[in-house]
Amino acid sequence: MDRAIAIQVSRLTKAYDKHMAVSDLSFEVYAGEIFGLLGPNGAGKSTTLRTLITLLTPTSGTASILGHDTVREADVVRRLIGYVPQERAIDRFLTGREHLQLLGALYHLSKAEAAKRIAELLKLVELEEAADRAAKTYSGGMKRKLDIACGLLPDPKILFLDEPTLGLDVQSRLRIWDYVRMLKERGMTIVMTTNYLDEADQLCDRLAIIDGGKIKTLGSPAELKIGLGGDIVSLTLKDPGKIPTLVSALTNQPAMRAVKATPTGLDIRVESPEKALPAILESANRLDCQLEFIEYHRPRLDDVFIAHTGRSMKDDIPIEKEGV
Amino acid sequence: MTEYWQEISALTMRWVRRLSREKFSMLFTLVQPMLFWLIFFGNLFQRAADVQVTQAPDYISFLTAGVVVMTVLNNGLAGGVDLLFDKENGFLERLMTTPIHRTSVILSRFIFVMTITSLQVLVILGVAFLFGVQPATGLLGIAAILMIGMLFGVGLTAISMAMAFSVKSHGDFFSVLGFLSLPMIFLSSALVPLTGMPAWMGFLARFNPMTWAIDAVRPLILSGWTEALPHVGMVVIVMVIFDALCLYGSAKVFRRAMG
Repeated sequence: MDRAIAIQVSRLTKAYDKHMAVSDLSFEVYAGEIFGLLGPNGAGKSTTLRTLITLLTPTSGTASILGHDTVREADVVRRLIGYVPQERAIDRFLTGREHLQLLGALYHLSKAEAAKRIAELLKLVELEEAADRAAKTYSGGMKRKLDIACGLLPDPKILFLDEPTLGLDVQSRLRIWDYVRMLKERGMTIVMTTNYLDEADQLCDRLAIIDGGKIKTLGSPAELKIGLGGDIVSLTLKDPGKIPTLVSALTNQPAMRAVKATPTGLDIRVESPEKALPAILESANRLDCQLEFIEYHRPRLDDVFIAHTGRSMKDDIPIEKEGV
Repeated sequence: MTEYWQEISALTMRWVRRLSREKFSMLFTLVQPMLFWLIFFGNLFQRAADVQVTQAPDYISFLTAGVVVMTVLNNGLAGGVDLLFDKENGFLERLMTTPIHRTSVILSRFIFVMTITSLQVLVILGVAFLFGVQPATGLLGIAAILMIGMLFGVGLTAISMAMAFSVKSHGDFFSVLGFLSLPMIFLSSALVPLTGMPAWMGFLARFNPMTWAIDAVRPLILSGWTEALPHVGMVVIVMVIFDALCLYGSAKVFRRAMG
């Protein structure tokens, strides 16, 4: 299917002194899709996003939004996009309505036009009742909703969401997901960063896994999972000292695709569990490796992430905040 | 042009709204210079200050010019604080993704700080009037005082905003602020005339733009136009140079911070 391209990133590199925040990044975002940038903190997601919304100038390479370069035509780009920042970028002394009025003026809307749009947005994010209260009285979820309303005020072609549900309770999270899906249905293109795998899995049509400033893999969640090939059997051994023995015994058996040692046992990628499980148990018995726990599952996005980055999302190395 | 004006007025209104909702903070900013310096300090040194040195009918009328310029100094140096908070909580980033002219945010801040400072100067002159200080040059003199205040304030506010964009944390910002403000006041003719200072302090005070501003405001209050005019002419020149340096230096920082 030939799809219209909304965002084109080619060979994007951003360096701070010696540190490469992103290096040689290339990808496309199609019109009308939800595109995710997934990765741990410091992976380069925010740098990529900030470049797309004209806040950063790339060291080399280019990014264009609906055909407009983010550096040379920054002003045109700014008229096409909406942005929902990661921090709660809220002025605690202003009311919700005043936030939207301020942005209305900054997008050069007439008073009447702004008022009409603000009323619609407040209704959409269910903040009508709280609209004239100072934002310092809002809950985290309400602030997030206001953030989203602010991002939607310019009626953008493309909406950028930076970690949209970070630090929110489960209910608010699901609510935000609903908004995002609804916006997609209205034809909006959405780019979001997240470090929640389930969020990427649930929402994104396609996603890029970024680590160390590079794209490790890119595709729809389903494609990425299938790409791993095979289901996974995870073993936990009573005696971790036996792990190497069992790894070498299983490695070249026909039913096993790949055998990997983990800190507590083994992860075995298998073609069909019916053939593999008896063989695994037989080997374990023969070598006297007592099993503490055995688990079988289809690949999850977690596994995709581990397969491509060599580590789990949870092993975040805290890195100082990217960007300025 | 209409768009530019729409941006600036909306952003300026935001600063006004913020101030009006921080009632306590507003009260203290307004009252502090009058209460601490003019009323307490002014009356406290009434008898301790030597009329031969101050060359003024009383200490409070001598001090008024100093308090006026001190207010300009403190408001100017603190002028970047709100931008610092905007930078830290991401609000500035949100503003920068909108299609506004890059200078609008900066300009709105200048307009706001200058307006608040001018109002405060008027209040100080009003309180001084209650203590018997009548500006010798009348309403026109008061207009000249406001102009001098603005000329000085523009450069200070520019420095403050540039600092807000450059510092790593707001702790740094407030340390620098605290470190700058008092020495600037002591090393100026705000509390004691240059002739009454130890030689080395008097020497340093000559390089303080604040001294020039005070030495022009003081004759406008105490003496009259003939005495004041040369000083006013001089301060305009000094301040134009001061502002040019401050604006040139900070423009680079603004460009880097706002793209």
